[in-house]
Amino acid sequence: MRGVLSDRMGAALLMAPLLLFLVLAYAWPFLGVVKWSFTLPTPGLGQYQALLTDDLVQSVFIRTLRIAAIVTVVSVAAAYAITVVWVRGSPAQRLVAEFCILVPFWISVLTRAFGWVALLSNRGLINTWLQSIGFISEPLTLVRNEFGVVVGMTHFLIPFAVFPLASAMRSLDDRVLLAARGLGSSRMRTFWTVFVPMTRSGIIGSALIVFVFSLGFFVTPAILGGGRSVMIAELIYLRIFQSPDWGLGAAISVVLVLFVGALMALLFRYVRPKQLI
Amino acid sequence: MPTYRPGPVSLILAALVALFLLMPLLAVIPVSLTPSRMLAMPTGELSLRHYRSLIEDPRWLQSILLSIRIGVVSSAISTVLALCFSLGVWMFQPRFTAALVGFVLLPMVVPPVVSAITLYFLLTSISGFSSFFGYDTWLGVAMAHSVMTVPFATVLILVSLSQLDRRIDLAARGLGATVWERATRVIMPNIKFGIVTAALLSFVLSWEEIGVTLFITSVNAITLPRLMWMGLRDNIDPAIAALSVILIIITVLVLAVRSVVTRQHAGH
Repeated sequence: MRGVLSDRMGAALLMAPLLLFLVLAYAWPFLGVVKWSFTLPTPGLGQYQALLTDDLVQSVFIRTLRIAAIVTVVSVAAAYAITVVWVRGSPAQRLVAEFCILVPFWISVLTRAFGWVALLSNRGLINTWLQSIGFISEPLTLVRNEFGVVVGMTHFLIPFAVFPLASAMRSLDDRVLLAARGLGSSRMRTFWTVFVPMTRSGIIGSALIVFVFSLGFFVTPAILGGGRSVMIAELIYLRIFQSPDWGLGAAISVVLVLFVGALMALLFRYVRPKQLI
Repeated sequence: MPTYRPGPVSLILAALVALFLLMPLLAVIPVSLTPSRMLAMPTGELSLRHYRSLIEDPRWLQSILLSIRIGVVSSAISTVLALCFSLGVWMFQPRFTAALVGFVLLPMVVPPVVSAITLYFLLTSISGFSSFFGYDTWLGVAMAHSVMTVPFATVLILVSLSQLDRRIDLAARGLGATVWERATRVIMPNIKFGIVTAALLSFVLSWEEIGVTLFITSVNAITLPRLMWMGLRDNIDPAIAALSVILIIITVLVLAVRSVVTRQHAGH
């Protein structure tokens, strides 16, 4: 029956199931959440006004932006250091670097957050060790605060920051670096004035990915912040499940999506999607 | 071969980052061997009691089985949907492809917490009609996980399709193959590897999923990450350390095998 199935119909038949599935299971309920933000508890823009006036919401927004900014700077810098070796090291160095990047990448966020609890808590590895050598008498508070959250999130996000950087470093032409060295530039100077500027697109892509991810982070701040360093995502969870205020939770979600959407638009003005893989 | 190698300063900095990345994974090992009931470093004597409690406590086993069931079902759904969609895109190159693919990728780029509240809305709405398919049911969780994993499966399959030579499909078409024959006997055998990878990745993502699962389960559909979460929030159960050690060992083994296999492929 060749020819009966036209190209257009074939495409439609093959693509329809997934599109239908996502319209019903994702787009439609998202509109439902948007509706919540305008109708619960009373119809109107009350929830959005609350976002602008509520001190708690404001402080959580500011804390989220601050943590996201710190995490972005630290993660991209750390990722840069290990990516240089992963892309340009000797075969043995590359293998070790790859292992150190990919193993954490594939391990679940819960296990990794738990590892940090085991290291940082009052009876954890670091405090036990510091006390046993007599360096401190009282345990340091390393977790259940912003420090713990930043450490855990940085650890989670470094592998994600690595991939755009690696792609930028791989496409870099070695001859330019050799030329700089040949013209008498020192190692350091070549690195800072030639290598780093030439990987600029990777740095921008990596920073925006890490920043966007940090904004919606839930698990790590909830575990390592211990309820004291609440970020936007945890606030949404608390508004839905603890002090049932679905309207406010929904309104925060809508604002978060719009903000992330704007950042993504910015990302794709500077970087083509292919450069991120 | 890059001729420009990292110098000693780069190597030291990279080593520090590598140490930072591995530290929390190594830290769970001593904790898993503690004889204490609470999270603590072992002092002197070591014990395997937390490994034993993983086997003896039925809650862990139930959660593991539930997570496997949800992972298999959601991976099957998302792989099949992603495969059909990607075949449609590749074979027919319809108009608005970029917009349609962008739409499919949304659950991957939207902050997970927003997807979570969205799926919470969906499943609580369904619960109004059906008691075995909605909020806090395993089928509901499997469907929600499919939504979250289908963009990843689609990306992987589209990438492997993009490396396929169009001329073999043109040849099949020229020889009179139907759309079905082209898809199943020409294209799919050539992207087998991509399809299997997509299914495996979907399974792993579902197996680890916690952000969305927290929103859509309460007492019945307790997946493994959900059970770990409960043990982490209240007072910390060292059995989680034992479980973490096992999961880390599995991950390292799988990555090692994969690395050996790719090396052999590259060698031939």
